[in-house]
Amino acid sequence: MTINDIQNSIIDEFGVFDDWMDRYQQLIDMGRELPPIDAKHRTEQYLIQGCQSKVWLDAELTDEGTVRFTADSDAIITKGIVALLVRVLSGQKPQDILDAELYFIDRIGLRENLSPTRSNGLLAMVKQMRMYAMAFQAKMS
Amino acid sequence: MTTISTAYSASIFDVERFRRDFPILQREVYGRPLVYLDNGATTQKPLPVLQTIERFHNQINANIHRGVHRLSAESTEEYERARATVQSYINAKHSHEVIFTAGATASINLVANAFGDAFVHQGDEIIVSEMEHHSNLVPWQMLCQRKGAHLRVWRFNDQGELNLDQLATLMGKRTKLLAITHVSNTLGTVNPIAKAIQIAHEHGVAVMVDGAQGIKHGKVDVQHLDADFYAFSGHKIYGPTGIGVLYGKEQWLSQMPPWQGGGDMVATVTLERTTYNELPFKFEAGTSNYIGAAGLAAALDYYSAVGPDAATAHEEQLLRYATQQLQTIEGVRIIGNAEHKTAIVSFVQQGVHPYDTGMILDKMGVAVRTGNHCTQPTVDHFGLPGTVRASFAFYNTMAEVDRLVEAVQRAKQMTA
Repeated sequence: MTINDIQNSIIDEFGVFDDWMDRYQQLIDMGRELPPIDAKHRTEQYLIQGCQSKVWLDAELTDEGTVRFTADSDAIITKGIVALLVRVLSGQKPQDILDAELYFIDRIGLRENLSPTRSNGLLAMVKQMRMYAMAFQAKMS
Repeated sequence: MTTISTAYSASIFDVERFRRDFPILQREVYGRPLVYLDNGATTQKPLPVLQTIERFHNQINANIHRGVHRLSAESTEEYERARATVQSYINAKHSHEVIFTAGATASINLVANAFGDAFVHQGDEIIVSEMEHHSNLVPWQMLCQRKGAHLRVWRFNDQGELNLDQLATLMGKRTKLLAITHVSNTLGTVNPIAKAIQIAHEHGVAVMVDGAQGIKHGKVDVQHLDADFYAFSGHKIYGPTGIGVLYGKEQWLSQMPPWQGGGDMVATVTLERTTYNELPFKFEAGTSNYIGAAGLAAALDYYSAVGPDAATAHEEQLLRYATQQLQTIEGVRIIGNAEHKTAIVSFVQQGVHPYDTGMILDKMGVAVRTGNHCTQPTVDHFGLPGTVRASFAFYNTMAEVDRLVEAVQRAKQMTA
């Protein structure tokens, strides 16, 4: 599936919720399902510093030329959003990641989580994912 | 005795009437009535404050202290009247002991720079408490770095209380200043500052009190406290943002050099040399926030009319009820259990990140703050990533405490 296919199916999944609590419950459940990052990666080196909740991110380039992201957070709602980002961008080609426009965050009503006022490290996480993609892209060409 | 007076004040304290003075309290968030419990960060403004600001802009506005025209005279008069209102509210001996600043942070930085320049030298010591807001910690760290002075720390116990006996042991021959908060913004502890000041003075040490939270905890009397410096912000006592006060004893202020240079703080200026204006203008360089000052005066008048003692008694009831109700929820731990507390409740929920609690509370219309509350050392003391903090004002109600408790329970269910 392309990045936009995945984004669209997430938008559909969240479309059924008209209550904030249901939306958050869904995020929490997704956060729980995200495989935890390898304990050896839950360190300063992989940490994306937010003011309040921590986010850890790692990436590797697969033999198929796609990027595999693994991530984690110490706050469960943040982890849910992290899980969504991983679902959208993991398994994609570096160039596609660089070209992607992440509209789903806004469409499912979570835009505030990616604004600089929310000091949860998510904005930095998206930047970091793009940085990895950029580095892998450079390595491949 | 206590029970009787509390019951009495509760019966005459008409919260609903006061709430009508605060337009913002009528609004909804996410389709639910707003429950505003972030008063430690900033308080809401009553109509008299908003009307004062509007009237000033519409009728009076002109720069102060320098115009020959009518509006400038009126503007100056309002500004100096605001100074007199602050003087009378905190019971300062002289109006020139009241310096208008941008806020408590600016006030503290003024002292750290001007007092620091005049009185702190290499090898001297400054004492801060472990529970200081970064605003009353970092300026002293910076001063120590500049001067080669040392910072000593007055630790608190696990209840969140400072022990006065320890203070004396920290005082030495080279101690120049004690910087201490009146009320902890994270733990709610009301510190025994009158006694701390007494001990400091016995050792010849000046005291800087951070009154950012303390100013709205009953009536503050700087002469009774015998504080050398007392700093607060307008926006934390129902006034506008961008205006604050530094109270300083004349004996110190007159000996301190100006901090910032500019207009209004000078007497004569030639290209070679400048002489400085007298107090308080020496410390008010540039165009002051005179409209903010008038707004602050309106806020102090309003709060005086509400009654600081009655307001505090009501807040104490909210504190007791919130503490008691939150403790009924399994896994909730209150951080800060000092005997003397203001209406600030910090807590953590076992297995729930404070940020998650805060996000869920937000969507239920309950505004709290989460994180370290600009007091990283305080939160570190308890080995926590942060806390959830509910901070109350006199316009909060018991029903709002119920909404808080209900939301915390919901957060627990959702994340369990």
